[in-house]
Amino acid sequence: MSDHGIPEKVEALESILVEKGYVHPETLDAIVTTYDEDVGPRNGAKVVARSWVDPAYRERLRADATAAIAELGYGGRQGEHMVAVENSPDEHHLIVCTLCSCYPWPVLGLPPTWYKSPAYRSRAVLDPRGVLADFGVTLPETTRITVHDSTAEVRYLVVPMRPEGTAELDEEALAALVTRDGMIGTALL
Amino acid sequence: MNGAADLGGMMGFGPVVPEPEHERFHAEWERRILALVLAMGAARRWSIDAGRFARESLPPSVYLTSSYYAIWTLGLERLLVAAGLVEADELAGGRSRGPGAEVRAWSPDDARAAFAAGSPYTRPAPGPARFAVGDAVRTRVLHPTGHTRLPRYARGKQGTVERVHGAHVLPDSNAHGRGERPEWLYSVRFTGRELWGDAADPTLTVSIDAWDSYLDPLASAGDVGAHAL
Repeated sequence: MSDHGIPEKVEALESILVEKGYVHPETLDAIVTTYDEDVGPRNGAKVVARSWVDPAYRERLRADATAAIAELGYGGRQGEHMVAVENSPDEHHLIVCTLCSCYPWPVLGLPPTWYKSPAYRSRAVLDPRGVLADFGVTLPETTRITVHDSTAEVRYLVVPMRPEGTAELDEEALAALVTRDGMIGTALL
Repeated sequence: MNGAADLGGMMGFGPVVPEPEHERFHAEWERRILALVLAMGAARRWSIDAGRFARESLPPSVYLTSSYYAIWTLGLERLLVAAGLVEADELAGGRSRGPGAEVRAWSPDDARAAFAAGSPYTRPAPGPARFAVGDAVRTRVLHPTGHTRLPRYARGKQGTVERVHGAHVLPDSNAHGRGERPEWLYSVRFTGRELWGDAADPTLTVSIDAWDSYLDPLASAGDVGAHAL
């Protein structure tokens, strides 16, 4: 990636748009803070942990993920229409957006660079086991792999399997085990 | 359109490079362009679909050699000029030559409220749904020059309806200012073999979200292969 001249373009864009009154600098700062600090995968981790410890919540998450996620206070832009898909020993889910970078912002924050990269977007739908190998993940040969290509405004969240040996842990400790990649489907817990 | 953004099934990009969870940006300008793109949403001069089309219609040689935030930068420039909010020579010169159009600009609280509210894309249904969960369908072979969300790898393929999402804004129309024209939206699941042939991973299925006008029913006796998922 060269990105030659792009930082200068961004600087020029900001000064032009501020001068014209289209954007306020303090609003730009607030947006950066929102997505750099406030919204991130710890939100999704709390959703996953709740679904592990509360069977009624898990049912609500299956039936209407948008509403169940809103119960924990998360929702809005790029999470208006949520679907949760649960991993099991028989089926592993993987989320991609082959056409752009669709990603469930309210529960996972901004997508990582690799999620937006041609390498991931091209190969996730064709060779998901190869992609998983890039993350050091090997699934049993019999595990079915279901790839969800986010081609509309529906956003997908993977609910990973609860790790073995965690029966003693409380919800907060469980949430700490849940990784961003686990909720995209490129990691196991 | 058959642009460079439609990447599913391409080869040769090398391995995926994982990245730790705390790495969100790699340069300060990435933060600024993210904020600029989102903040310009206040002006309401283009839809999310028009924004995607501005990016995916970049020349393939540019799209494939630019980082994602660079693509956002080039896309925003196109949108601003097309909307008449900024002149091309202002972009080239890096300076505003005069006052802008009358558009709304968000305060920090406005922006936070807008993001928290989101903008749902469901609309009242234009009629009953044509398909139900379990129905066999075939995606149409479409090559529109405008925006579409039917990826090339999933055109002309047999699949099974897995979810019915309700009626959603149609990007193919909305991206070009031709109205929202809501249609029923479905998740359609395909076998790996249907998409990629006999060498496909036998454990693979892929689902896409497809609008009604992307689909035809599969009803004839000779077309039941998609039931074998």
